[in-house]
Amino acid sequence: MQTFFQQLINGLSLGSIYALLALGYMIVYGISKLLNFAHGDVYMLGAYWGYYTINYLHFGFITALITAMIVCGLAGVIIEAVAYRPLRNAPRVAALITAIGVSFFLENGMSYLVTSDTRNFPQVIKQKTFDLGGVMISNIQLIILVTTLILTLGLMYIINYTKTGRAMRSVSTDYDAASLMGININHTVSITFALGSALAGAAGVLIGLYYNSIDPLMGMTPGIKAFVAAVLGGIGSIPGAAVGGFLIGLLETAVQAMGFSAFRDAAVYIVLIVILLVLPGGLFGKKQVEKV
Amino acid sequence: MSKEILEVDQLSVNYGAIKAVRDVSFDIKEGEIVTLIGANGAGKSTILKTISGLLKPANGEIVFLGQSLAKLTAPKIVAAGVSQVPEGRRIFAGMTVKENLQLGAYLRKDKNGVEKDMEAMFKRFPILKERQKQDAATLSGGEQQMLAMARALMARPKLLLLDEPSMGLAPIYIQEIFDIIKSINKEGMTVLLIEQNARQALSIANRGYVLASGEVKMTGSGQDLLNDPAVQKAYLGG
Repeated sequence: MQTFFQQLINGLSLGSIYALLALGYMIVYGISKLLNFAHGDVYMLGAYWGYYTINYLHFGFITALITAMIVCGLAGVIIEAVAYRPLRNAPRVAALITAIGVSFFLENGMSYLVTSDTRNFPQVIKQKTFDLGGVMISNIQLIILVTTLILTLGLMYIINYTKTGRAMRSVSTDYDAASLMGININHTVSITFALGSALAGAAGVLIGLYYNSIDPLMGMTPGIKAFVAAVLGGIGSIPGAAVGGFLIGLLETAVQAMGFSAFRDAAVYIVLIVILLVLPGGLFGKKQVEKV
Repeated sequence: MSKEILEVDQLSVNYGAIKAVRDVSFDIKEGEIVTLIGANGAGKSTILKTISGLLKPANGEIVFLGQSLAKLTAPKIVAAGVSQVPEGRRIFAGMTVKENLQLGAYLRKDKNGVEKDMEAMFKRFPILKERQKQDAATLSGGEQQMLAMARALMARPKLLLLDEPSMGLAPIYIQEIFDIIKSINKEGMTVLLIEQNARQALSIANRGYVLASGEVKMTGSGQDLLNDPAVQKAYLGG
């Protein structure tokens, strides 16, 4: 039982990171119908921003987290404006290939600029571990869970209850109809990329804190897993993406705890295949009903 | 004599190499209902999309209250006072009825005015009040059409463009939609109406233009066109 709760906490911590990534993946997909393969690389940029600002500018955790969100948000806006916007009316596959190109560009660009060495993320918060009846939980795990909770609720508030959120949802549904309401499509898409990328930036700082090691290729696998999480939760559903992220984190931790560490990535992809076969709409996916 | 609100002059619109609209000219005076009728593919919807800025003209001018619309983006045209109820209604599924109406007022800054107009819409369309918290996709076709019209009116336009408002609706709703158009117009709204249902459209319109293959073939008062043997033969089923 103890082991179970221990793994539950570890899984939820890792799952938080996937949840943040999946949320960004999902809102960007919703508005641009684009699988932004560069999303995981924006998360890597966030981790490096944390690394440098904490080490050289002596930022605290909160400052590093917030500035990483701003910088990554800007990076997202620039990526969209430079790489994706010119292709908005092009065939979908052109944008998809471009997204892979942006991903390679960021990975290799960073490898060139900061070398491909793995670095130790600065321990800006001193790790403390609390013993809850044999289950160990660290302050860093708590910070990750709380930060994820706050950001998820914040995103849900923006999307469901603000004018900007309404505009985002309307553009996700129908570009032309949204234009006819007076909504500027380019601005709205930019805001969405900013929000999604900011969440990725936050996840980057959090993973640095948690796993303590970063490198320019660190975004590849989590990016794909976040995509799996978004599919599992149901594309189009915010709670779904968050729950999907937590489930993927739990699954990975469970597989690892059972001694199959080498198969933890495979387990995630098996989930993707099963979901696509059995429940293509995902757990919380909206049913598509056409009305005539 | 009321003044002109919209003047379309020698408008041409192309889809790639296809000339969908050729040298079309027409005008609308304040307070009028003007209808463009014609068969499928005559270019009616293309003209509306171009006025709204969703398509760019290849040639010609669109002047609204002295301001050229031809180079403006769709949001700027809404801000200028032209709202469109698009073909097929295009309500935002997954959002509530109320949210759809709020989006109609997206560019407005006068919160109190928006609240008031929302109440006015609920009064005019009681079904929307009843269903305000429901997903707009759960409405019937006729109710969705009412929502789309209310949504466009929430922008407080000076000119309302209606693209096939009766298309695909149950007969019981068709009469209701035309009655609503008439009453909105009576309250002072200028309307440009596109319809395949030419008889209904001409019967409520002050003036009409008959389009075929992207060109204006005939124009006259609604009544004259209704009684014209050529129009009757081609568009009113003899």
